[in-house]
Amino acid sequence: MLRFFIFLTLISFNSAYASIDTYEFKDADKQARFHELVADLRCPKCQNQNLADSNSAIAQDLRQKVYEMLGAEKSNIEIVDYMVARYGDFVLYEPRFNGQNAILWLGPFVLLIVGLAIVIYLTRQRSKKVINTTVESIELDKQQKQRLQKVLNKGKK
Amino acid sequence: MPRLLLFAPLALFAVLILFLWKGLSIDPRELPSALIDKSFPAFKVESLLAPERKLTMADLVGKPVLVNVWATWCPSCRKEHNQLLRIAQQNKIAIIGLNYKDNRAAATKWLVELGNPYQFNIYDESGMLGLDLGVYGAPETYLLDAQGIIRFRHVGVVTEQTWQELQTIMQSWENQ
Repeated sequence: MLRFFIFLTLISFNSAYASIDTYEFKDADKQARFHELVADLRCPKCQNQNLADSNSAIAQDLRQKVYEMLGAEKSNIEIVDYMVARYGDFVLYEPRFNGQNAILWLGPFVLLIVGLAIVIYLTRQRSKKVINTTVESIELDKQQKQRLQKVLNKGKK
Repeated sequence: MPRLLLFAPLALFAVLILFLWKGLSIDPRELPSALIDKSFPAFKVESLLAPERKLTMADLVGKPVLVNVWATWCPSCRKEHNQLLRIAQQNKIAIIGLNYKDNRAAATKWLVELGNPYQFNIYDESGMLGLDLGVYGAPETYLLDAQGIIRFRHVGVVTEQTWQELQTIMQSWENQ
């Protein structure tokens, strides 16, 4: 029984390792760039995974391509451009600014400005009202002033 | 005016509902091709059934063609196969197969058993042509004009409805 379990664990370990492809890098810098790129590029097939996480055939191909291009001394920008040329902006987990998504980039700032403008407008309106009411209460005509004086004098007696 | 302002939240809510409603009918798995209105990528790949023959871009230009990406490991490809045979019978457009990351023996057997709607098949064993084409899963079908420019891409099973759509595009070319 024990042997059977050891056999089972060995088998499962084997299959777990089989799905991880190994890449050898000449220097640590390339290795770091590789991990950065496959983390930031999105798998076109399994949409909510990046290339590093996905096990689909296309993700394996794209990882291989990234590795090859790094070996060919391509820059990160060249590699990302290569992917975008084939799969569109979709493959970017860090999207670029362009005409199509401008509203998503700028929308929050526009809303912020609109909100600020409304707040400023409303507070100004309110303070104007306060000033107006104080001014009105100050401006008394002659009759009112006389009455006020009378009332005040009453208290003195 | 202030009374009208009270309806502002309702109006905002209506706009929100409109966008969410629209979102329901969008299939997020269907990606726009980055190669629309661009040339089919250059290639030099073996033919599936005649390995000694090297196929290139020159084999695709001259008249409009459908390029169908398929593989024997792809269940949906089996599903669309009969529709492809029907399209081939109508003789309105040539269908070129792009056998994607497949096994030659299995693919040959498939064509013998199920029938062959393709004029010829590009045997893209490594999947590198598929990569250049932006293929992310079979089946995919591309409509190329006579100059080899990609005009339309369909992801998933080709149905009668897809075929109607393709014909509409082809007819719009004839009218030009």
